[in-house]
Amino acid sequence: MAIPIAYNLRNLVVRKTTTLMTALGIALTVAMLLAILALVNGLRVTLTASGDPLRIVVVRQGSDSELVSNFVRTQFQDIKFKPGIATGSDGQPLASLEMVTIINLSRENDSDVNVNVRALLGVGRELRPNVHIVSGRWYQPGQREVVVGRMLAQQHEDAHLGKNIRFGRGEWRIVGVMDGGGGSTDSEIWADLNQVSSDMQRVEILSSVTLKAVDAVAAKALINDISNDQRLDLSAVSEQEYYARQTSSADPIKFIGIFVAIIMAVGSSFAAMNTMYAAVARRSREIGTLRVLGFSRGSILLSFWMEAVLLSLLGGLLGCLLALPLNGLTTQVGANFATMAFAFHVTPEIMAVGLVFALVLGSLGGLFPARMASRKEILTALREV
Amino acid sequence: MRYLPLILKNCWRNRRRTILTIASIGVSMCLLGVMVSMYHAFYMGAPAPDQAVRLVVRNRISITQPVPLSYRQRLQQFPGVQVVMVANWFGGVYKDARDPKNQFARFAIDPEKLFQIYGEYRIPEDQKQAFLRERTACVIGRDVADSLHLKVGDRLPIKGDIFPGDFEFTIRGIFDSPSASQVMYFNREYVEQSMSERRRGFVGLYYMRIDDPAHSGRIAEAIDSEYHNAPYQTKTENEQAFVVGFLALLGDVKMFLFAISAAVMFTILLVSANTMAMSVRERVREIGVLKTLGFTNGAILGLILGEACAISVAGGLLGYLISTFLMQVVAKSPVGGFLPAMPLIEIPVAAACIAIAAAIGLISSLVPAAGASRLSIVEALRSTD
Repeated sequence: MAIPIAYNLRNLVVRKTTTLMTALGIALTVAMLLAILALVNGLRVTLTASGDPLRIVVVRQGSDSELVSNFVRTQFQDIKFKPGIATGSDGQPLASLEMVTIINLSRENDSDVNVNVRALLGVGRELRPNVHIVSGRWYQPGQREVVVGRMLAQQHEDAHLGKNIRFGRGEWRIVGVMDGGGGSTDSEIWADLNQVSSDMQRVEILSSVTLKAVDAVAAKALINDISNDQRLDLSAVSEQEYYARQTSSADPIKFIGIFVAIIMAVGSSFAAMNTMYAAVARRSREIGTLRVLGFSRGSILLSFWMEAVLLSLLGGLLGCLLALPLNGLTTQVGANFATMAFAFHVTPEIMAVGLVFALVLGSLGGLFPARMASRKEILTALREV
Repeated sequence: MRYLPLILKNCWRNRRRTILTIASIGVSMCLLGVMVSMYHAFYMGAPAPDQAVRLVVRNRISITQPVPLSYRQRLQQFPGVQVVMVANWFGGVYKDARDPKNQFARFAIDPEKLFQIYGEYRIPEDQKQAFLRERTACVIGRDVADSLHLKVGDRLPIKGDIFPGDFEFTIRGIFDSPSASQVMYFNREYVEQSMSERRRGFVGLYYMRIDDPAHSGRIAEAIDSEYHNAPYQTKTENEQAFVVGFLALLGDVKMFLFAISAAVMFTILLVSANTMAMSVRERVREIGVLKTLGFTNGAILGLILGEACAISVAGGLLGYLISTFLMQVVAKSPVGGFLPAMPLIEIPVAAACIAIAAAIGLISSLVPAAGASRLSIVEALRSTD
């Protein structure tokens, strides 16, 4: 027969200081893990928000990002008129030749922020209708003017509307702030292609082309067509997939975070073990009494183990509570050399992972003390003070 | 001090608990040790002698922006500058880039300058000469050779992305380095040939060897102010600062280290406080006896605080030892190449770890110790628990 769970619950309540301290230790470990998972998840959500399945990013074969890609203008002519590309308002194909580069905005406190500068023509804006101006206006072609992403303007005091930033051969005026709907655009600077490319002396060598396909079938056909054409030496992926790949830049952070969480878990499972051993030692006589009443060794083992599991469950729940305020908090992380601002994203799935983690940790830590409790001889147990 | 034997005896009487507590603190402290050593190495550590005499010149805007090749002549003339080497981050892809083994740093450099700049690299003289003679030759670090099972004479095909094209190198030498050597060097001219006219005449970085580390600040300032009004402004810093700047691309490293350290410290505090509370609670009667024998309140306080300190310092020491071992593993990993070389035992780091442990021990036992010392004799003796 099993010992009722109420017995364990009451025991946890009676020793509330110890219970709470042990649970808090577990909670911190869980919160740590959740913070890292939420960070990586937030990055993923932000990057996938940037992606549209109908938009296709074309880069040089072998380049895994726009930044390291080289695109020559003549290559653009070769793909611009491929069938399946949607037509813009002016009757021209929606194909945008772009240049992406990084500039460094130094902050007051001396830590540098690297920002993506995307130089494009009007067609580039037309095929991204989700990006719109929230304050100010768009840059004028042929002017030394730029528009900054919403997040960038928020996070960086030098990137406010009306200020000047310096790159290339001189100063550029910030004339607008744009909203890209939570995607990576929010951390970018946009400017006129011809102006930037001549300023950086890269008139011929640009970075990438973004296309808009008519429909999903055409998108697939275009991707195959461009990637398989040996003469072009280009590689095309849907924008969604492109950004999903960029998420891998957070892999080192994820790896370090999980490593830290596991080491902390070892530490807090030792602490849980300690608490449970103390509980077993203090309740020696109780255990003897339970045995006299006819509870088997097995049910005592189960009971004490359950108590450890309950303890860690409490810790896991506390950990989730601790991590919850992180949700929506903005932070920045380097994604492929450029800093990107995004929000922590705590989801139910992540919290479930945290709870399972706590339960595993607690049940491992509770196993040995429970075994000790079940092995006590009735007489010695009753005699212990 | 004369109570020391008593304190140690007290520590040892509940062996299992003490060992579990030490292990728990030790595991967490080892994380803290790693964080502190990294922080120390990045932001406070004196660079290794070979590193201190190396300066890096880059474009002020970002490391992804080029500097004119024409600067080389002028750089060589700055007083204190001994050798100037061009270094281009080549990027590129070797076989399948998704396999982390295939991701090693690749630099296009001036072969005849390489071993003057990196005085700490060891390479057989005949291999060095072979490397200098042949335009398509390359040298690789011992770590690359070991992980990819490459030997002198092997071919190493690399697909360029930043510098487009298929390049085939012949390994003419393998060098040993005191720090991680996940790196490959080859002749800049081989790459230069394949570049378009427009891109020639620009380089990524200049590495310089200077005569005296004490002059590095003055030389860096002289160079940067020389090019202050030039179209391509420079930023000159020592290699260590350059590496830290490079890491900043990954995110806010400082904040990351702080956040993890804080969580770890708080966990240790909880574990230690819990243990001490448990052991004091078990000994209330004994404390009554000690007081009857004439121990003052202060002595009791000291005994308990001392016990907590002894346990947490033991944990701190254990943690520090594990962390030195972990740091060796980190230094050998691919990330290690970015880290400054770290000696096995770093006195300030060890001192910091142990001081933190002792402080945590003190703080955590303050409440139970104060409670015990204030207990009246009658009350203590009456306690049955």
